[in-house]
Amino acid sequence: MIGLKRSYRGPQPDEHSYPSTNLQIMSITKKKDFQLVKQFESLRDFHPGIAGLENLQNNAFTFLVGNGFPTTKEEEYKYTGITKRISESMPDFRKSAQISGLAQKTKTVDLPSWPEGTNIIVTNNGYFESELSSYDENDISILPISKLDPPTLASSIGTIEKSEKDAFSALNTTLFEDGLMVQIPAGKRVESPIYLIHYIQPGNDGHCVFPRVFVNADKNAEASIIEMDVFLDEKPVFINSVSEFRVHQNAHIKHYKLQDGHKSAITVSNTSTDVHRDATFTSVVLSLEADMIRNNLSLNLVDGSCEGNMYGLFLLNGRTHVDNHTNVAHTQAHAVSNELYKGIMNDHSRGVFNGKIFVYKEAQKTNAFQQNSNLLLSENATINTKPQLEIWADDVKCSHGCTTGQLDDEALFYIRSRGIGKEAARTLLLYAFAGEVLDYIEEEAFKKYCEKIVNERLGGNH
Amino acid sequence: MLSIKNLHASIEGTPILNGINLEINAGEVHAIMGPNGSGKSTLASVLAGREEYEVTEGEVFFKGKNLLELSPEDRAREGVFLAFQYPVEIPGVSSTNFLRTAVNQVREYRGQEPLDAVKFLSLMKGKMKLVEIDQKLLSRALNEGFSGGEKKRNEIFQMAVLEPTLSILDETDSGLDIDALKVVANGVNQLKSPDKATIVVTHYQRLLDYIVPDFVHVLFQGKIVKSGTKSLALELEEKGYDWIKEELSGTSA
Repeated sequence: MIGLKRSYRGPQPDEHSYPSTNLQIMSITKKKDFQLVKQFESLRDFHPGIAGLENLQNNAFTFLVGNGFPTTKEEEYKYTGITKRISESMPDFRKSAQISGLAQKTKTVDLPSWPEGTNIIVTNNGYFESELSSYDENDISILPISKLDPPTLASSIGTIEKSEKDAFSALNTTLFEDGLMVQIPAGKRVESPIYLIHYIQPGNDGHCVFPRVFVNADKNAEASIIEMDVFLDEKPVFINSVSEFRVHQNAHIKHYKLQDGHKSAITVSNTSTDVHRDATFTSVVLSLEADMIRNNLSLNLVDGSCEGNMYGLFLLNGRTHVDNHTNVAHTQAHAVSNELYKGIMNDHSRGVFNGKIFVYKEAQKTNAFQQNSNLLLSENATINTKPQLEIWADDVKCSHGCTTGQLDDEALFYIRSRGIGKEAARTLLLYAFAGEVLDYIEEEAFKKYCEKIVNERLGGNH
Repeated sequence: MLSIKNLHASIEGTPILNGINLEINAGEVHAIMGPNGSGKSTLASVLAGREEYEVTEGEVFFKGKNLLELSPEDRAREGVFLAFQYPVEIPGVSSTNFLRTAVNQVREYRGQEPLDAVKFLSLMKGKMKLVEIDQKLLSRALNEGFSGGEKKRNEIFQMAVLEPTLSILDETDSGLDIDALKVVANGVNQLKSPDKATIVVTHYQRLLDYIVPDFVHVLFQGKIVKSGTKSLALELEEKGYDWIKEELSGTSA
């Protein structure tokens, strides 16, 4: 156990003003929204940020004020007006300070019943919480990003996720003050999963949280990492996270992410991964309760013979809106990627899926598969789905498909004709549809937990 | 047990059944035969409660209850079972879980205690022997990737587990080779009892060599136009359906 605490500095006097003339000129282009940039009061006190990351954070800040946030006029955010949603629903754009008395507040939280010896890493509104964390120091090393030495910082943070790619990534990069550096040493197989539990609770001072994670899996390392945002109340909150993974040669990392918040939670997450030779990275993302979620997931298969897998399940109701944008780049020969995203939309909810696969000229013998399947359960539910394949190599196997439909009446009748009630039959079918993604979760306790909440959400009680 | 009176049914406005009358008593096996499109499968579907069909006239009573007022699940719980002509593949739903849910919902309806996993397993094991079905098949997703014969055998297995009072076999023999047919028929015969009844809807007389009917009815243009014993089926096999059509046009002319 390491004990490090970082006190929150709180909002500072207005030290830095915006380059306002610049903003006025730029705001005439409709693709960008500069009002929201202005709203982020925290931007004014982002200096000095993290020692050793001044350039990175400065550049992100400059990019952000120069480019603004995307509106729905911008192709990448065409179906997801998240800039507007954030602008309209956050009462306050400052950073949330750390939650006080967190240990007490977390006692009643429903978490997976993980076995003894599981690695638990806790963050408190994005800040590392060592006292609530417990893990095997022989297996992994955890450090708060704010305490990393400059060479480590320079070789990790911002080297995989390029903040010029996305305004929200730039926002996180500008404003984050802490986060987790998870290191898995070479040759280490971490037997117990590593839970990253992010406790979220907006305070009176601000409603924005900027979690940041970097995972460095050294050569031949193996681990499963489970990330969960755990909300301690249902006040409006904007979570803007960036996670970076470096999966070195022949390392094998599974990353599970559960997004199950509440109807006033908005999340934008950017996850970028470099996968090296013979390495595997598997991502499983479950998105349930939220106001709006936008996930940008990028897998860079930077060398040959590696594998990247992306699986996702989104079960939406009410007016929840979940957008998964994924991107896999095959840069060298003999790499494999698999992708399956499934969505069930009810009520007025909306799902968005965009799957990009790039196969570069050198990436011969690539195998890339993508599938997106959706069920719409109500007249007013929507899915916008778009596969996007760009292939420059000539000896590859790539396939993609997407389906959108409703529950199969014939299957429903078949089940009912055996004495199973209509609601139970629906649940059975929906659960079967969702189960294909849940089956990719290999950690027992987490899988059980997910099965339970998915089943409840689908109306089941068996 | 089952009393069908002047049953009319249509699908999307097209009448298919045009006044069916049929009485079935406990212990009886009734075969329903007829050319393609005569309404055989529609009759089976209407009895099981398929919602695409609209009953426009007539009534069906099952053990004194108005069957047409019951949902498909309640009909099953009352003891009606339809072995599907085309059993549905349901990926992701394990056969075992599915059947256990079904059995327990039926038991709950009848005010019986649910079966625990152990008891259910022993019930399954017994019935598996009866219909000669392989355990491997049941550990897979329901009907997914099953051959035609495996699907039909699974229907009979489900029937065995659910122990219905009235079994309706909708062209269960279609597409089966003689070995598979024997297995299916043998399963049906083993489940026969004096307090149960069976309706066998078939296109071929062949099945009736193995499941011997007490009565044979010929359905044509949505009506039962001829009823008889097993010998009627043999006659149909020999002469086809044309003579019945001719006979009909003769009487109507």
